[in-house]
Amino acid sequence: MTAPSGFTPDTAAPPAGQGGAAPRAATAPAPDPAEQRRRDRRSRRYRWDVRWSPYAFVAPFFVFFAAFGLFPLLYTGWASLHQVELTSPTHMEWAGWHNYSRLWEDEFFWKALRNTFTIGVISTVPQLMMALGIAHLLNYRLRASMFFRVAILTPYATSVAAATLVFALLFGHDYGMVNWSLGLVGLDGIDWQNGTWTSQIAVSTIVIWRWTGYNALIYLAAMQAVPNDLYESAALDGASRWKQFLHVTVPSLRPTILFTVVVSTIGATQLFGEPLLFNTAGTATGGADHQYQTLGLYMYEQGWVNLHLGRASAIAWTMFLILLLIAAANALFARRLRKSQ
Amino acid sequence: MRRNTGSHRSRAVVLAAVAALGAGVLSGCADDGDDGSAGSSGGGDSKGKTVVTVGTYGVMGFKQAGLYDEYTKLHPDIKIEENVIDPASNYYPQLLTHLGSGSGLADIQAVEVGNINEVTTTQADKFVDLSKADGVKKENFLDWKWAQATAKDGKTIGLGTDVGPMAICYRKDLFQQAGLPADRDAVSALWAGDWQKYLDAGKKYAKKAPGGAAFLDSAGGLFNAAVSGGSEVYYDKSGKPIYKDGPAVKKAWKLATDASASKLSAKLQEFTKPWQQALANGKFATVSCPAWMLGQIKEYAGDKYKGKWDVAAAPQPANWGGSFLSVPQAAKNKDEAVKLATWLTAPEQQAKLFEKQASFPSAQAAYSLPQVADAKLPYFNNAPIGKIFSQAAKDSPTQVLGPKDAIIKQNFTDVGLLQVEQQGKSAAEGWKAAIKTNDNALDQ
Repeated sequence: MTAPSGFTPDTAAPPAGQGGAAPRAATAPAPDPAEQRRRDRRSRRYRWDVRWSPYAFVAPFFVFFAAFGLFPLLYTGWASLHQVELTSPTHMEWAGWHNYSRLWEDEFFWKALRNTFTIGVISTVPQLMMALGIAHLLNYRLRASMFFRVAILTPYATSVAAATLVFALLFGHDYGMVNWSLGLVGLDGIDWQNGTWTSQIAVSTIVIWRWTGYNALIYLAAMQAVPNDLYESAALDGASRWKQFLHVTVPSLRPTILFTVVVSTIGATQLFGEPLLFNTAGTATGGADHQYQTLGLYMYEQGWVNLHLGRASAIAWTMFLILLLIAAANALFARRLRKSQ
Repeated sequence: MRRNTGSHRSRAVVLAAVAALGAGVLSGCADDGDDGSAGSSGGGDSKGKTVVTVGTYGVMGFKQAGLYDEYTKLHPDIKIEENVIDPASNYYPQLLTHLGSGSGLADIQAVEVGNINEVTTTQADKFVDLSKADGVKKENFLDWKWAQATAKDGKTIGLGTDVGPMAICYRKDLFQQAGLPADRDAVSALWAGDWQKYLDAGKKYAKKAPGGAAFLDSAGGLFNAAVSGGSEVYYDKSGKPIYKDGPAVKKAWKLATDASASKLSAKLQEFTKPWQQALANGKFATVSCPAWMLGQIKEYAGDKYKGKWDVAAAPQPANWGGSFLSVPQAAKNKDEAVKLATWLTAPEQQAKLFEKQASFPSAQAAYSLPQVADAKLPYFNNAPIGKIFSQAAKDSPTQVLGPKDAIIKQNFTDVGLLQVEQQGKSAAEGWKAAIKTNDNALDQ
């Protein structure tokens, strides 16, 4: 990282005849010393430029990351070891591991963890399977395929707030469209807000709606990189479209699928906006019985409703550690996958 | 050629977007600077004028009632800007963060009654003492309202705006069809003195419930109405939390769960979309009605029910809700802010606010003004709401407030009673859940 030590700017021209000097240098007229110094300076600047400019170019990201990513992360960790209230955020009392040990006994925390897991599963699994199917369909030669590819991304482009508010209306008990359509086929209305599974399914629906298209596009991009002759030879062997999908497409997509699984899992762990807004009363409890309160929502409730910043920080760090665990598990899994290939 | 303009246009769009983003970031930073006009929407006409900012949640009604316009006419060198943060639950944490950092504060900040005790006890040194401001008269305000925003050392950090004296709004036509008295004095007499009588009337109503409309909207609403009549509710006089065994809480809880068990309630959660839809469809006959509730009913029930609603006195006097205006020490235009806050909360202005927005004055001096004393609302069958609510306000007990009133109340209604009403749990289970959630919320 330091400047090359052998480089001394005031040295005069390189000693003539030093082993292997280029013939051009030998034929060049002896430069006058001032010109030589200017050249040296220029070449020094050039070398510094080459050496340091890339750092300057990437610096803004890392400076911002340090200010808005790393520092808050560390400060949150520090705060999680204290008792801090939002009413006086600067007044911190050392609490050691109390906030963490308290979480261990906190049934609301465990419930939120469980909910985060179940909502994560029932939103991620169908979402990725549907995305795969849709990508497969879009991969066919279609008329106006560009239109469909853009259309499928539109849910991703809508704001969580707008989408969730609409879905909360659709899932309304008395005047919601979902129950109305159930009524049309003679089924009783379902209380989407109050049941544990029903509310979690409703929240997952919003997640699925928003992210399926996004994942489908990623799959589609990967699918287009699959060599066409694989399909041709499979077709020659008499494999149906479905068999081709199973035995050619899916195996070729394995790394991509792994990537989307990881990204979706991270997203599911941090799920916040959908369950917050699905509650029509706008409170952070995640339903009367906390039946769809996720970790993110519980952290928000602790920090910004109950005003306990220390405990909210402990939850935030616990979530961070859970994500690290997921990343580690994924790395292990990816390595085994690579070995098996 | 066309293509060329297209690419020019798209480049212009990108540039504009970048510029807008950049400006947003810059103005975000500049907001805390001493340039009072940063982020002003008015632009040119703010030149040379002092901009006084007012931070509020929801609809406080000052702007709607034309009070800002009137003030700027009286003081041509002032410009008023209101920053509304919705929903109200997002407003309070933000106010606390701004107070903590001493920046980003509006010159006037509104505080809700559920938070006023916490602000008064923990943040008093960050606010201006308004009792010493010119033109502020303690005797203008209801005693208990004044006391709520006054710290132990006698410093008053908030001037009362509205209060929420309690009445019962009822559907006159449904009462008639169910064979109950429909005249407002007779209805008031029907349950005078005891909330239990209100439930008894409900049971009579339920036998003939016209059109399947429930007697009341929600157990949560009844709970809030009944509990607000106590003098010690969630905290006792010494400041100890008594939400587990306080008599007012227990009594209100029993009433609310009884109403639910007797199937008198439409099982709604107040202020949610389904509740608004139920109002629009006439699904319940009565609702506990602090003065500010009139606006909600009028807005959501709509023209269809004009003249069919009426207002009767509540079984017991109570106060539910209300707000305060305060001026932070870190305000940019402290002096102008104090003047404006004083003017906005003066009896004359509170009377105007009531006339336009039905926010009931906390200034008792306003009750004798014609805008209040003679107020009648055509929507509510010309009920003399001025008289009904003044009486309720005067009879309301001085309530002991505590720092966590807002959150405790919310957990009782949105966790406990909602479990009973909407999830079919027993009253005991709901109670346990509410207490557990409250213990968790208060545990530091």
